[in-house]
Amino acid sequence: MTVNQISIFLENKYGKLCEVLELLSAANIRIIAASVADTSDYGILRIIVNDPQQAYKLLKDNNVSANLTDVLAIVTGSEAGSFAHALGCFTRAGVSIEYMYCFSLGDKAILILRTNNRDAAREVIRRHDLGYLCESDLMKLR
Amino acid sequence: MMYWQKDIETMSRDQLSAFQLERLKWSVRQAVKSPFYKEVFHKNGLSPDDIQSLDDLRKIPFTTKDDLRSHYPFGLVAIPLQQCVRLHSSSGTTGNPTVVVHSARDLSEWANQVARCMYMVGLRDTDVFQNTSGYGMFTGGLGFQYGAERLGALTVPAAAGNTKRQIKFITDFGTTCLHIIPSYATRLAEVMYEMGIDPRRDTKLHTVCIGAEPHSEEQRKRIEQLLGVKAYNCFGMSEMNGPGVAFECPAQNGLHIWEDNVIVEIVDPVTLEPVPDGETGEMVLTTLNREAMPLLRYRTRDLTSILPGDCPCGRTHKRLARFKGRSDDMIILKGVNIFPIQVEKILMKFPKLGSNYLITIETVGNNDEMLIEVELSDLFTDDYTALQRLSKEITRQLKDELLLTPRLRLVGKGSLPTQEGKAVRVKDLRKLC
Repeated sequence: MTVNQISIFLENKYGKLCEVLELLSAANIRIIAASVADTSDYGILRIIVNDPQQAYKLLKDNNVSANLTDVLAIVTGSEAGSFAHALGCFTRAGVSIEYMYCFSLGDKAILILRTNNRDAAREVIRRHDLGYLCESDLMKLR
Repeated sequence: MMYWQKDIETMSRDQLSAFQLERLKWSVRQAVKSPFYKEVFHKNGLSPDDIQSLDDLRKIPFTTKDDLRSHYPFGLVAIPLQQCVRLHSSSGTTGNPTVVVHSARDLSEWANQVARCMYMVGLRDTDVFQNTSGYGMFTGGLGFQYGAERLGALTVPAAAGNTKRQIKFITDFGTTCLHIIPSYATRLAEVMYEMGIDPRRDTKLHTVCIGAEPHSEEQRKRIEQLLGVKAYNCFGMSEMNGPGVAFECPAQNGLHIWEDNVIVEIVDPVTLEPVPDGETGEMVLTTLNREAMPLLRYRTRDLTSILPGDCPCGRTHKRLARFKGRSDDMIILKGVNIFPIQVEKILMKFPKLGSNYLITIETVGNNDEMLIEVELSDLFTDDYTALQRLSKEITRQLKDELLLTPRLRLVGKGSLPTQEGKAVRVKDLRKLC
């Protein structure tokens, strides 16, 4: 139900983002989804990769400030209204979204979600029978 | 046996004063054998016989670092060079370096002072002492080497740098005590943890002697916690031999300055008048036990105060408060006096911050501004609002401490230059117009 996301602290400095991406690229780590949030001084790069443990270790070994966070990966259809339906389930159960980004996979959309209450979010997924991805699914993605 | 030299360390104040006066008379007579002091005494119409009480010391003018530089290299030497056996010199960033020479007797007395300090913090001949100071001209190397050998500890002259090798020595030789610069102590601990070594479990370290740069109580606590040791503040300066001038006792409340070795005065750095105990001023020292190069009323530029009251350890020698910095590394910004140590004190309170930081003073438009960059520790959180709250809270506390609002920038771990020598904490890029 949850996947490991890697969050990376980035100084707001020319070339920083590229530096991290090249590090991952050299180790043949595939980035499946990415999002960058920024302020004037720093940003947080959040990525979903095919092998989070290896990527995390690589970053640590290279002295990059990074951590692993559990996030939900919800699978929805790509037709109109499916996004609204999925988020509606959380909202009605009183679960807030802290941040979110998505990517598409064939005719499906994958929503990466971080909520304020993980247990309640899991319950929502079960109750509404929402589709989701696990860590092992990421390894298989082509 | 708690004391290395019980008779001297616990001498009553009256006895100590009498002892100091005897030695002061000797030291003054010795000093005037040097060309520099001969001239100083002559110019001021002074003779060594004018020094009949400790108060008479104030008749003698101050000696400054500039005096040492302008009489480079041997103008203050009071005995024939043939009788001198060692020369130390401090880095001369501006102008000539300062030179201090020692006779064999001076070296022996110095080793004894250092051994006394080490014994005081519980070190014995059963200890393995690893010295991470630079050797060569820097006095922290040989000074501690001879002191530790006098104590009888197994002494490892590891010298500075090469962190992985330091760690290998610590684990292989069963090092129990380090002499280390505080900024490097935290760096060493961080590397150990990165290598999967928990110093508290995997090493025999129990004590570190930290010195050579001012550091806050918070940084001491962090070092103690990271390494699982007791950390003792030590003070020395090359003009006063080097290490062993003043040292903390197990009470960890102030540094005993060995008054059989020096006379300490604390003066207002502007008026040069003495300040009462408890008030901060510049420390002025007079050597009492050095034959090759006595120094009279030497202005150290270090800012500290005398802690009033007795020490529970039973030693009667005065205690110096933690050093507030040097009168020459004070930053004056918008009319406010700021010491880097004040910034450090605040930063070290936050576990989410690492130990490495850099203060930059720069001119932005027509304003001089302070930028503080600090590395995050391993506790980096993905939570954006928490990071911003953290920035705000640090800025607020800095403002309370400094009385002006600095710009704070959190930076990734390892992105500031790593410090293996004395840490460079301040960059002043102000345009002087």
